[in-house]
Amino acid sequence: MDFTRRDTLALGAGAVALTVLPFRVNAAGEDAIAEFTGGADVAEGGVNLDAPEIAENGNTVPISVSAEGASAIMVLAMGNPTPGVATFNFGELAGSQFASTRIRLAGTQDVVAIAKLADGSFAKATKNVKVTIGGCGG
Amino acid sequence: MISRRDFLQVSMAASALVGASGFGNWARLAAQQSLTQDQLLQFDTFGNVSLIHITDIHAQLKPIYFREPEVNIGVGDNRGQVPHVTGADFRKLYGIDDGSPSHYALTYNDFSSLAKTYGRVGGLDRVATVINAIRADRPDAILLDGGDTWHGSYTCYQTEGQDMVNVMNALKPDAMTFHWEFTLGSDRIAEIVEGLPFAALGQNIFDAEWDEPAELFPPYKFFERGGTKIAVIGQAFPYMPIANPGWMFPEYSFGIRDENMQAMVDEVRAQGAELVVCLSHNGFDVDKKMAGIVKGIDVILSGHTHDALPEPVLVGDTIIVASGSNGKFVSRVDLDVQNGKMMGFRHKLIPIFSDVIEPDKDVAALIDEQRAPFKTQLEEVIGQTDSLLYRRGNFNGSWDDLICDALLSEREADIAMSPGVRWGPSLIPGDDITREDIWNVTSMTYGKAYRNEMTGEFIKVILEDVADNIFNPDPYYQQGGDMVRIGGMGYRIDITKPQGERISDMTLLKTGEAIDPAKNYVVAGWASVNEGTEGPQIWDVVESHIRKMGTVTVQPNNSVKVIGA
Repeated sequence: MDFTRRDTLALGAGAVALTVLPFRVNAAGEDAIAEFTGGADVAEGGVNLDAPEIAENGNTVPISVSAEGASAIMVLAMGNPTPGVATFNFGELAGSQFASTRIRLAGTQDVVAIAKLADGSFAKATKNVKVTIGGCGG
Repeated sequence: MISRRDFLQVSMAASALVGASGFGNWARLAAQQSLTQDQLLQFDTFGNVSLIHITDIHAQLKPIYFREPEVNIGVGDNRGQVPHVTGADFRKLYGIDDGSPSHYALTYNDFSSLAKTYGRVGGLDRVATVINAIRADRPDAILLDGGDTWHGSYTCYQTEGQDMVNVMNALKPDAMTFHWEFTLGSDRIAEIVEGLPFAALGQNIFDAEWDEPAELFPPYKFFERGGTKIAVIGQAFPYMPIANPGWMFPEYSFGIRDENMQAMVDEVRAQGAELVVCLSHNGFDVDKKMAGIVKGIDVILSGHTHDALPEPVLVGDTIIVASGSNGKFVSRVDLDVQNGKMMGFRHKLIPIFSDVIEPDKDVAALIDEQRAPFKTQLEEVIGQTDSLLYRRGNFNGSWDDLICDALLSEREADIAMSPGVRWGPSLIPGDDITREDIWNVTSMTYGKAYRNEMTGEFIKVILEDVADNIFNPDPYYQQGGDMVRIGGMGYRIDITKPQGERISDMTLLKTGEAIDPAKNYVVAGWASVNEGTEGPQIWDVVESHIRKMGTVTVQPNNSVKVIGA
């Protein structure tokens, strides 16, 4: 079967240019957490983080966070070159402490949400989101 | 007082008895040449509700051979648990005699010789007979199709699924969920679904833009049967845009969404559902995990991973039923629902032995009608096989070895890659290979065979990525396929390691040299999920190769060394 140079070029362009190995946790993420919490202890639970187990598209991953009574929720993509995603601040009159957005993930990594709760304590939720090259579905 | 749990266990024993009366005797019965349709269908009607489950038909209208896997490794908590039990261990577990019809239907050993004894399986005209017989016992039985129905054959490809829609409509299902159907493209699936005379369900089918439930696919449907309010909740394949080309259906988003599943269960219970059934295309291990997280599902009818289990698996108070693939089995589940609770069940996995079960005449005629316009193309003999050709297995199958050989030779490549899909019937030694047979293992809407240069490092990245889709110890990260099949290259895999560390000793077979991470290799493959892939269709590549071979002989493949199984 013949294949032309054009085929090869087109196929090359179609090849996946995605790095899929799990990303190392970035020290900048830990620094951002320390800055947000002022070094206070962070408890597990008390904050909900909804994110897909496997991203359908690593360039736009829908996530949502909520924590009852929180004054702020910080979201970090721990494996991104720049881990900071957003910090959502909720005023006293906020009807609910819920936010959703879409984030870009450079590869498989933990997404972390840290909430500053009403009593001034901090709570954390972590979800590992896989970014995969896909294919081969049964 | 007997608790509900006791009832379930008592009924499980009853179910095992049905299995014993039906299953264990078959060997002897067959030896007496007296395996009959009545025996296959024998079932003491139980309780007040009957469910009929069929799934993963992959457009197999006619009887076929289908060899179950030899290698099906479970990881994490599922290590050594069903469905990750095969061969003699499987027969021992379920008390199946060697050489019996159940041996042939459910395990891989001696497949070629047993296939000659017991013949082909499946055929939707035979399935129709079984469904009609169950409906004769229980006229308001609910028939549920687990999806992967409108994909997988020459006629299905040519008619964009219409052949399957026409024949399935004649079987009168009550509801369906989806996977490969979406690879027809969102316009075509919308066109079909809008005209379906039954419910198209998927609580996890969302609008991608707004992240809201997709209007076309309601999460659940209520049925009132036997004086019982039954809610059937659909669960489509969660990883469609990842495992299949998302660009073909960009409007949709999926995912497991077990929180929404819980919300739907709570919603239907609040509306008075006395029995909650989940019609799922999650795959078995994902369903098991979900059953432990979501509370209030009575029955999960499980599809996607093509497992056939003679008894349901119990997780908490939920029973999980796995009904095989390619039209080879139909499950009947009778339930006793009293005062809003499932008090017990009786179950039978009915193998569709095509020589034993009489075809339904109307459905047989309807099937022939679908195939008539393509008869010449379907029946053309391309070659013969001296070897058993099958696909199932975690690392390779002889069909895939043949496809990889075709890619290496027809596309002049160093290395070939074939997707680890689980569909595709088998052929036994001595069989003709027709064009239909080739399409049965290759047909898809993104079948172009690419030819590409990849570095050794990138090939490893691909293998590591796919391996983690199978061997990640958390089922929620498993996509339910098998390992990508590799031609021209050997490797070693330690399934117990994390992603990035499983694959080693990659060797180019034609030179015996280690794969150089920095060097480029010519790789030929098919079923790329990337838009704009170019090349000849894989079925043309395989047909051309088989024509040149005349008679196909596939040597045993020992190029993958598996550690930690």
